[in-house]
Amino acid sequence: MKLTRHAFTLIAAAVLAGCASNVKLDEPAPVETRQPAPPVVTPPPAPVEPAQTAVPTVDLFSQYTQEVKDKRVVYFDFDSDIVKEEYRPLIDLHAKRLNANKKAALNLEGHTDERGGREYNLALGQRRAEAVAKSLTLLGVDAGQVEAVSFGKERPAVQGSGEEAWAKNRRVELKDK
Amino acid sequence: MLDIVSRRRSLAALAALGAGPALAQVRIDIAGVGGSRIPVGIVDFRDESASPQPIAAIIRADLERSGQFRSVEAPVPLSETSSPVWTDWRARQADALAAGSVTRLADGRLDIRFKLWDVVKGTELAGVAQAVHPDDARLAAHRIADTIYEKLTGERGIFATRMAYVTKAGPRYSLVVADADGEGARVALTSPEPIISPAWAPNGRELAYVSFESRKATVRIQDVQTGKRRVLADFKGTNSAPAWSPDGQQLALSLSREGGTQLFVINRDGSGLRRLARSSAIDTEACYAPDGSRLYFVSDRGGGPQVYRMPAAGGAAERVTFSGNYNISPAISPDGRTLAYITRAGGAFRLCVMDLGTGQSQQISEANDDESPAFSPNGRLIVYASRAGGKEVLMTTTLDGRIKTPLLVTLAEVREPTWGPFTR
Repeated sequence: MKLTRHAFTLIAAAVLAGCASNVKLDEPAPVETRQPAPPVVTPPPAPVEPAQTAVPTVDLFSQYTQEVKDKRVVYFDFDSDIVKEEYRPLIDLHAKRLNANKKAALNLEGHTDERGGREYNLALGQRRAEAVAKSLTLLGVDAGQVEAVSFGKERPAVQGSGEEAWAKNRRVELKDK
Repeated sequence: MLDIVSRRRSLAALAALGAGPALAQVRIDIAGVGGSRIPVGIVDFRDESASPQPIAAIIRADLERSGQFRSVEAPVPLSETSSPVWTDWRARQADALAAGSVTRLADGRLDIRFKLWDVVKGTELAGVAQAVHPDDARLAAHRIADTIYEKLTGERGIFATRMAYVTKAGPRYSLVVADADGEGARVALTSPEPIISPAWAPNGRELAYVSFESRKATVRIQDVQTGKRRVLADFKGTNSAPAWSPDGQQLALSLSREGGTQLFVINRDGSGLRRLARSSAIDTEACYAPDGSRLYFVSDRGGGPQVYRMPAAGGAAERVTFSGNYNISPAISPDGRTLAYITRAGGAFRLCVMDLGTGQSQQISEANDDESPAFSPNGRLIVYASRAGGKEVLMTTTLDGRIKTPLLVTLAEVREPTWGPFTR
């Protein structure tokens, strides 16, 4: 019976692992693989429970970033720049996020629907963006962390006319700078 | 010189479409009786095919668009060296006649000559020769139309002036400079972000405009001939609504840098920023009176947006528009006597003119989406943006609203026209 290199490796592995079984040299070798087996390194045993002195750091900013993922738009009523009650939780989340990382900043981009003059709508969009900025700074966000800008009616989210389209265009988008 | 005008005024001339323009893209809509229009025959120029542009057709279209002329059929071959048969032209009921020629010079330029005659008196009113680069053939035709206009009305013509406007084709915006007839368009800037509020400098060499290329509204100034551009205003927030002072040294701006949208003034080189007024409302769309003494602007300090005016250096504002609850986009005629603006009436946005002396105003459009009016430099026409056939188009109109002409219409959307000054 030919003793292959593989058999030797397996025996060595058995010895290293402290395995009690005896592999007799004249018994058939265990199943051999075609490729040379990689050197076996025994990993340290995985901890079953956390160490008692462990203190994992919670990254609030990352947590809030995840939470605001799909909460980046505030919608407005016609001719209005009032941030409605239903958006309080969204504003709150963004404020918490920006307070958790004072280096983070947002562009607040204000928009209007398509009706009316371009320059006046630019100013209306600006008013909406500033209303959202104010909501955030009232909750402790630094003024330098928010820049209110406007696109007026130039960048609609939804093309077309009618109240359904118009309602989706009267908005402020909260975008990371 | 003005005999022709007074002769016409004694007749009630019905608007009959004369020889229409050969250019397929310019349509003349006669909305109503246009007062007394001077009948003039413009003969195709001799050897006109030497010119890349149809000289006589351009002249006819210019004069018709002014609302003050109508073309008379001129099928007789003539040039500036001819001796017209006056009885024939009186029989055709023409008051004036123009004919000319085009000659290619050895250096490649075109020698364009014409003469203008008073048909009734059989006398010569004007005779001009110009040698131009072939690329300037349209300009030469416009200059001839201006000369004819001036000789027959006593007023300066605007046909050799230029317009600037914005086009949008899919996701691309372009700032375009074109002749006053909408032809000869040259693209000054193309951008994937919006461009709005272009404004010609009084010297006709620069354009100020609002660009969103840096993801917010900033004001830029571009030299039209060299293409060199610079940032005029990039303060915190939104920078918009540039308006040149009549001496070209300063611009009024709408800035949100101190909260809200408020009026500021800045030197043309970007120095000397100064706030003009303080209100807790939106103040925007400033527009200087032609003598530089006052600033007209839009404010919603009274609830809805209305047109106000104040001293150009700032000061107490007085309200100018009173009917309706939404009046925006003021433009002042060069003589300072007429205000053009847009009013919202029952959901439709319509062009209005107001006599500033009497305060009387009149809606001169029946469309639904009019925007951004601007006066021609001779105060006789207004260009504005509108919608026709579901598309954005540019229109010119006489101040009484009777003669309206759509300008060149392309596949793109067209908006934000501004009329350049007398220069060339």
